[in-house]
Amino acid sequence: MESYLLEYLPIVILIAIAVALGAAFILAAWVLAPRSPDPEKVSAYECGFNAFDDARMKFDVRFYLVAILFIIFDLEVAFLFPWAVTLDETGVFGFWSMMVFLGVLTVGFIYEWKKGALEWE
Amino acid sequence: MAITAVAFYTLATITIVSAFLVIAARNPVHSVLFLILTFFTTAGLFVLMGAEFLAMLLVVVYVGAVAVLFLFVVMMLDIDFAELKRGFLSYLPLGGLIGVILVAQFLLVGSAWVSPENAARSPAEFGEGGTAEALGRILYTEYVLVFQLSGMVLFTAMIGAIVLTLRQREGVKRQNVATQVGRRRTEAVVLKDVKPGEGI
Repeated sequence: MESYLLEYLPIVILIAIAVALGAAFILAAWVLAPRSPDPEKVSAYECGFNAFDDARMKFDVRFYLVAILFIIFDLEVAFLFPWAVTLDETGVFGFWSMMVFLGVLTVGFIYEWKKGALEWE
Repeated sequence: MAITAVAFYTLATITIVSAFLVIAARNPVHSVLFLILTFFTTAGLFVLMGAEFLAMLLVVVYVGAVAVLFLFVVMMLDIDFAELKRGFLSYLPLGGLIGVILVAQFLLVGSAWVSPENAARSPAEFGEGGTAEALGRILYTEYVLVFQLSGMVLFTAMIGAIVLTLRQREGVKRQNVATQVGRRRTEAVVLKDVKPGEGI
């Protein structure tokens, strides 16, 4: 168990360095940088005139559709990993069960392609 | 063993604190970022339990895809903070009821759940290789029905997302690659002999 966890030591070191470096930069900016705030300086700048409105606005729903389709294919790939490492043990049946799974999702892929869900206008 | 305990308590503390901040943060975008931190530390807890494949899947699927989707949704919402706070009290009874039902369900599952006899108690019982191999050995043969069912669920999600959100806009000029490439020089370019002093 201990040796197994030791394999993750490089990741822990990487995370520790990343956190330390990020904290150091923020702290350094907080301590060293001169600060004299002014309403004109801290207000939103929009090319010389007053800001029209909030930066929050409704996004096109297409972004959402692309993200959902990405998640579905992401999950499909996640199923491929255990299949790929045990293909020699599960044999022909395991191979064809994955082919049926991929076939079902390929039908969905053809549907979304033909429907034009992947196109941007 | 002490290192494991230290790692567990550190990760568990960060998980609980960031999970609390998901609902406590005022800015929804900060909430999503705290949710990502919760996913990360939960992946760390899975690693401590020996469930490596699950941990990596949590990072790939939840941090990589679901969190991005949440960010999109939050950005799309066009949130008015004053509007959001005003409805708080009127939603409290319904929200509280749902919360109580959820807690009751968790308590029921927690008290009634019996682990099957043939379930592995620790990763050491999985046999050769890691958890991905252990999963692959049974998922595609023994649990083939569940596996195909999950494919159907993904298929339904795909069709549902397209049916619900896809709107074809009228009057949009699309790029048609086939006609673009299939153009010939003879139909695209016309040579005109223009006489001097005259227009076309």
